[in-house]
Amino acid sequence: MSLDTHRITQPLDDGNDPAPRRQLQAGTTLAQRYLIQEVIGVGGMGSVYRARDLHFPNVVKLVAAKEMINLAPDPLVRQTIVKNFEREANLLATLNHPSIPRIYDYFSQDDRSYLVLEFIHGKDLEAIIAEADGFLPEEQALTWGIELCDVLAYLHAHKPDPIIFRDMKPSNVMINHNGDVILVDFGIAKTFQTGIKGTMIGTEGYSPPEQYRGEATPLADIYALGATLHHALTRRDPRLEPPFSFDERPVRKMNPAISPDLEAVIATALQYNAQDRFPSAADMKEALLNAGRKTGMLSHMPTSGLQASGVKPLWTFPCEDEIRGTPAIHQGTLFIGSYDNNLYALNAADGKFQWKYPTDGGIVSRPGVYEGNVYFGSEDKRLHVVGARSGKVAWTYYTEGPVRSSPRIAEGHVFIGSDDHYLHAVNLNTGRAAWKFETASPVRSTPFVANELVYVGNESGDFYAVDFRGELKWRFQAKRAITSSPIVGGQAVYFCSMDSTLYALDGRNGWLLWRYRLGKGSIVSPAMAENIVFAGAVDGFIYAIETQSARELWRFRTEHQVSGSPVVYKDSVYCGSADGQIYCLEYRTGRLRWKFATQGPITGTPLVYDDIVYVGSTDHQVYALLA
Amino acid sequence: MRNYFRKLFQKPAAPRQDSATTAPLSELQLQSITSNANARFDTQQLIAACGQSMGKQRDLNEDSVLAITSTLAGNSGNTPFGLYIVADGMGGHQFGEVASNAAIRTVAGMIMRKFHPYLFNLKAELPDESLQEIMQSAVTEAQKVIQREAPGSGTTLTAALILGQQVTIAHVGDSRAYMVYPDGRLEAVTRDHSLVKRLEELGHISPEEAANYPHRNVLYRALGQGELLEPDIFTIPFPTAGLLMLCSDGLWGVISEQNLLQAVREAPNLQRACQNLVSAANAAGGPDNISVVLVQLAGQ
Repeated sequence: MSLDTHRITQPLDDGNDPAPRRQLQAGTTLAQRYLIQEVIGVGGMGSVYRARDLHFPNVVKLVAAKEMINLAPDPLVRQTIVKNFEREANLLATLNHPSIPRIYDYFSQDDRSYLVLEFIHGKDLEAIIAEADGFLPEEQALTWGIELCDVLAYLHAHKPDPIIFRDMKPSNVMINHNGDVILVDFGIAKTFQTGIKGTMIGTEGYSPPEQYRGEATPLADIYALGATLHHALTRRDPRLEPPFSFDERPVRKMNPAISPDLEAVIATALQYNAQDRFPSAADMKEALLNAGRKTGMLSHMPTSGLQASGVKPLWTFPCEDEIRGTPAIHQGTLFIGSYDNNLYALNAADGKFQWKYPTDGGIVSRPGVYEGNVYFGSEDKRLHVVGARSGKVAWTYYTEGPVRSSPRIAEGHVFIGSDDHYLHAVNLNTGRAAWKFETASPVRSTPFVANELVYVGNESGDFYAVDFRGELKWRFQAKRAITSSPIVGGQAVYFCSMDSTLYALDGRNGWLLWRYRLGKGSIVSPAMAENIVFAGAVDGFIYAIETQSARELWRFRTEHQVSGSPVVYKDSVYCGSADGQIYCLEYRTGRLRWKFATQGPITGTPLVYDDIVYVGSTDHQVYALLA
Repeated sequence: MRNYFRKLFQKPAAPRQDSATTAPLSELQLQSITSNANARFDTQQLIAACGQSMGKQRDLNEDSVLAITSTLAGNSGNTPFGLYIVADGMGGHQFGEVASNAAIRTVAGMIMRKFHPYLFNLKAELPDESLQEIMQSAVTEAQKVIQREAPGSGTTLTAALILGQQVTIAHVGDSRAYMVYPDGRLEAVTRDHSLVKRLEELGHISPEEAANYPHRNVLYRALGQGELLEPDIFTIPFPTAGLLMLCSDGLWGVISEQNLLQAVREAPNLQRACQNLVSAANAAGGPDNISVVLVQLAGQ
């Protein structure tokens, strides 16, 4: 009965997958002996099942049945596949080692062949690496490395010919319930043909250079073991990196907690030239043991962080309430708004007060300076225009909601969003609206002007491209609010959303080029340098993403949500966090140069000008720091 | 015979003028005409041409090529749309042509299905799947199809999806995509996944050694090979007033970049440029299948 149920509930054939390729259903019996229980792995040629051996009716004896489905249309290819399979079986049958699974049986039926092996209660190393929260403990990797050296030494000492495993990698290493390693999958016996055009080669990433040329020696297994340990300790999958690039990615660069001794052992195993590696698995084991003895004696020194107190402000200026916004600088004067409702003008060199201009609401809007006037929005619903020198009102423009967006001045107009749901285009000469573009919700993001279009997002996740006449050119829908302000580079427009995504759209037609998944939502406005876009998110990370391929170059963890936005100056990126600190990172690597702690979360963008960083904090202070 | 003479003498010979010599237009004159012709495009549109040859030394074509050129008609103007693919199947004895063919069919099929609503219906909502995700899923599917239809075989794949001025490229193996700039520069925008290129990148061998390296054709990444395939996927702007060129190593591996450029620049139009390129590779011995696609974004 249960069999029938399975048949009914199995997925409908989509017409692509021919029937014989289907996995065996639980309850199927193979060779009248092995009762299939479940799929425990899927490979390129078939599945691996857990099965019960029915020859032992009184005990539950579990086995692993490795399946090979042969659907190759070419008879020659089919034959080769079967031969390889039998070879694996015969090879295993001659071996006897605690780290090698025992073989019980092999047989073929129809298009499928099966190898019946010892069932290993455990997980493969690849899954263990992937599921671990952080790095594997050094001691753990050491122990497994030593055991793997043991089994390699056993294989390499095989008579008459040494057995070269050829495919050492985390997915071929099982860790059983006792924590011991078992080497699985002896099926890879690649035949190498040199000189023939397009000949393919072994497992990318883990294989040494000479294996790509068709040579497989014990030293190739040593390299692959080095690559496996490297992967385990750094969590960097070598299949995703260029081949032979381990020397560019030393273990401690990614995982500084590892001892230099262990790093050195792995580096030796990974030498490009085979003769520079350990001469045998036994030698590598000895080196691992030595590294372990040393670390056992050394207590782990905490990696010395940079001193937060090392950076001293050039000057500070106290406002009467929180500063949530971003400063602007013009002719030696720094302009910044505060939630004490004032816009302040300070001498950028020493922080001396010049003037302040009171509004009737908090100011988060970043001031824009144009032809002697300062433009900024206020929660009093107005766009204020004030003389940059005098601090006297030039004109004001009324919207119907608080203005949290910042002005963008272009083409004789100032573009600014408002909580009244409109994007406003205000004529600089008349101070009157040229047009208003209605959106579905408050516009807090700051417009960006490029390609003769105005780009802006709103709080319901709509992103608009509007032309200079105020007509919608295209629209894109994110899943949650876009408070983040867009930036345009190379015809693409980038912005973040609270839906945890960094978007890259084609600036001209709104097509989604790529999207990058952030750990959590984001209100951060991205910054750019070269072909890197920088962002941050509520998950506490500052991210660097390559603009063409959408690959993450690095991420840097701050101690709280990243609520401030990054800015790039020379070869550094500066970004504030809700942990109250401003971070200065080398922008190509994400390496911390310095950090400076304020007394409250930073939500604005720092301004860097003439080697000085200006930043406001919710601790009411404006800080000037040496970049 | 009489007829022949009659024909010969029936019409008076064209009046002879002393100064009238007919000579083919020089390349320079041709170019000035064609460049004038190009200026006529006032709307952005793609123009493409292909060239293929078995070469002089193979008796099987394992390369596959695809070129689809259109526009997405929308309410806010027409957006140029193009899909161009070159795939070079590998390893003669193991179904190279099946692999390259399956790669093209699957990748183009997946992509065209996604664009069907935009090409043939008026769909206003933009998709929430990114162009790079569409490319990625098409390559992943092709990987599966090849492993099923021709296990053990492999193919290169260089696919360019053009939408407006953005070119999204998916790339595996050692076929190449080049940008040809109007100032006469040729830039490979893809990176070969070949052993020799990697050794060159690492500085283990010099470019001269690379040219004569015995394992020049060994790839470390190919469609249909390996359990985990990571194609290079990236988006770059179409070069202003330039060209996009896709080709297999039967072209780039045989003639120098200088000669590539020359063949393109001396041709009056894209079709002739493709023919010139194929002829040049064959003239240099034609050791391998040759495939080339040239694309121009006119009215930029």
